[in-house]
Amino acid sequence: MNKTFKHLFDTYSWQEVSSSIYGKTDADVVQALGKSKRTLEDFKALLSPAAAPYLEQMATLSRQLTLKRFGKVMQLYVPLYLSNECNNICTYCGFSYDNKVRRKTLSAIEIMQEVAVLKKMGYDHVLLVTGEANQSVHTEYFKKVLELIRPHFAHISMEVQPLDTSDYKQLIPYGLHTVLVYQETYHREDYKKHHPKGKKSNFEYRLETADRLGEAGIFKMGLGVLIGLEDWRTDSFFTALHLSYLEKKYWKSKYSLSFPRLRPFSGGLEPKVEMTDRELVQLICAYRLFNEEVELSISTRESIIFRDNILSLGVTAMSAGSKTNPGGYAVEPGSLEQFEISDERSPEEIAAMLRSKGYEPVWKDWDRALN
Amino acid sequence: MFNSRLFTGTGKFSATALMEKALLASGSELITVALKRVDLNDDKDDILQHLNYPHLNLLPNTSGVRTAKEAVFAAQLAREALETNWIKLEIHPDPKYLMPDPIETLLATEQLVKLGFIVLPYIHADPVLCKRLEDVGTAAVMPLGSPIGSNMGLKTIDFLEIIIGQSNVPVVIDAGIGSPSDAAKAMELGADAVLVNTAIAVSQDPVRMAEAFKIAVIAGRMAFEAKLGQVNSFAVASSPLTSFLDE
Repeated sequence: MNKTFKHLFDTYSWQEVSSSIYGKTDADVVQALGKSKRTLEDFKALLSPAAAPYLEQMATLSRQLTLKRFGKVMQLYVPLYLSNECNNICTYCGFSYDNKVRRKTLSAIEIMQEVAVLKKMGYDHVLLVTGEANQSVHTEYFKKVLELIRPHFAHISMEVQPLDTSDYKQLIPYGLHTVLVYQETYHREDYKKHHPKGKKSNFEYRLETADRLGEAGIFKMGLGVLIGLEDWRTDSFFTALHLSYLEKKYWKSKYSLSFPRLRPFSGGLEPKVEMTDRELVQLICAYRLFNEEVELSISTRESIIFRDNILSLGVTAMSAGSKTNPGGYAVEPGSLEQFEISDERSPEEIAAMLRSKGYEPVWKDWDRALN
Repeated sequence: MFNSRLFTGTGKFSATALMEKALLASGSELITVALKRVDLNDDKDDILQHLNYPHLNLLPNTSGVRTAKEAVFAAQLAREALETNWIKLEIHPDPKYLMPDPIETLLATEQLVKLGFIVLPYIHADPVLCKRLEDVGTAAVMPLGSPIGSNMGLKTIDFLEIIIGQSNVPVVIDAGIGSPSDAAKAMELGADAVLVNTAIAVSQDPVRMAEAFKIAVIAGRMAFEAKLGQVNSFAVASSPLTSFLDE
């Protein structure tokens, strides 16, 4: 492979970026707000504590830009957990190898039972989720799953372990459209602390996943960090840097960003860094002001009140009615979740809420014929 | 063949019922629909149900495809399901600015014309590409005024004038028209029609805005037909510079 993001990333120092963000002034924020195209330096200013007094102005601009580009619509998707088998230790995850939970990987029959429930809910966009268990949940398994569910969904996304370029190339013809791979944190040293064991402990391999996806010609990829592990402002800067690099290099791919905040699970880690609702709004608006075209997605980790209010401020996609345990919809509703969800409303209730706020819920925005 | 020179789209509306009202208010008779948004196998598809009027002609578009091959395949699906051989050809491999790919568009137009389609390709405001599309039998050309969905107006105006001046097929200004005055301007230049979606769908009152566009397009066309007065780009000096020649 040619040069990857790692080459660019290695020219940055976490500490310098962090100091630069915290050193931004009122004047930097005002200048950033006044521009029509914003740079990474402007993004730093909008992320910084100095931008806090300008939140209302940022929200107004973010709403306008989002409406112009995306319209008064909200994309809806739902996760389908296929497996909680995992060989990695991640200090913050319910499926971590050292957690004593019963492990399960859904069979073909079980997958179809789950799919039946999702179809009844009205979904046409599904997000497949697994842990990392390369002995049983591998490219061949994914091929079988894609083959099985492709007739039922217009848009199939995956959030599974990072794979090689050749694996992605094999899976795309089976209907794979989108792949989400979150870096968790761009803080190299602390990444190792949070991922002490398993293939995931290789920071560089994860960092270069987006390059491998771009090389493979994926339609869409999703980036993000897990908020709560490290300073969210610095981590979000690196996410934006990654995005800018990818957009220029893999210009045929589409991009989406997520900003999951660490949620409690049984026996789990308390967040090192708390991010307030106000700060999350600031981050979402800063992303939008920095990049008018990127999709921004919000999951059921967030509360009802937060989701109902953020939907018009920059977000373009939402999940609803989610279960975060394999078999959660039909097969084994009582099994242990990856994390607790916060907004438990049904897709129907979410759709009604969206309509009441003047947004059209969009269930279908792709066609399998286009793959 | 159409009474209205305003073409419209179905994206970005806050509700399909509102979309229906706005499209009726626009007087438009040609409505473009993204294949990826509708379920061709479902005769109760929400968007299609709201477009079920005898005067509304559907113009399926291939938004989402990245190559000529994908476009030809999508067009064939649309023809079968929607029973129209009209196709708005959109090939934008760049999902950020949605810029149309001129090479793939030319290839696809040639193939689709041979397959019997009425092809309306979305393109950059490139006069040479327009002539090449004419050569392979395009039914019209649809150059952009500015990036799609941008509301930036006629940024490509100088090239649109060249295209309109030398085209043998209808010219439809397709993207970036942000206000009724932009639409009127495009019509004054001599465009045969304009296509407007975002500016209507995202306005505070899409029904009123649709009507405003309807009137602007009519006014612009009337002005074009009535021949606008020449705009002098220079002033005539009060003491003539060449008067010495008469002395």
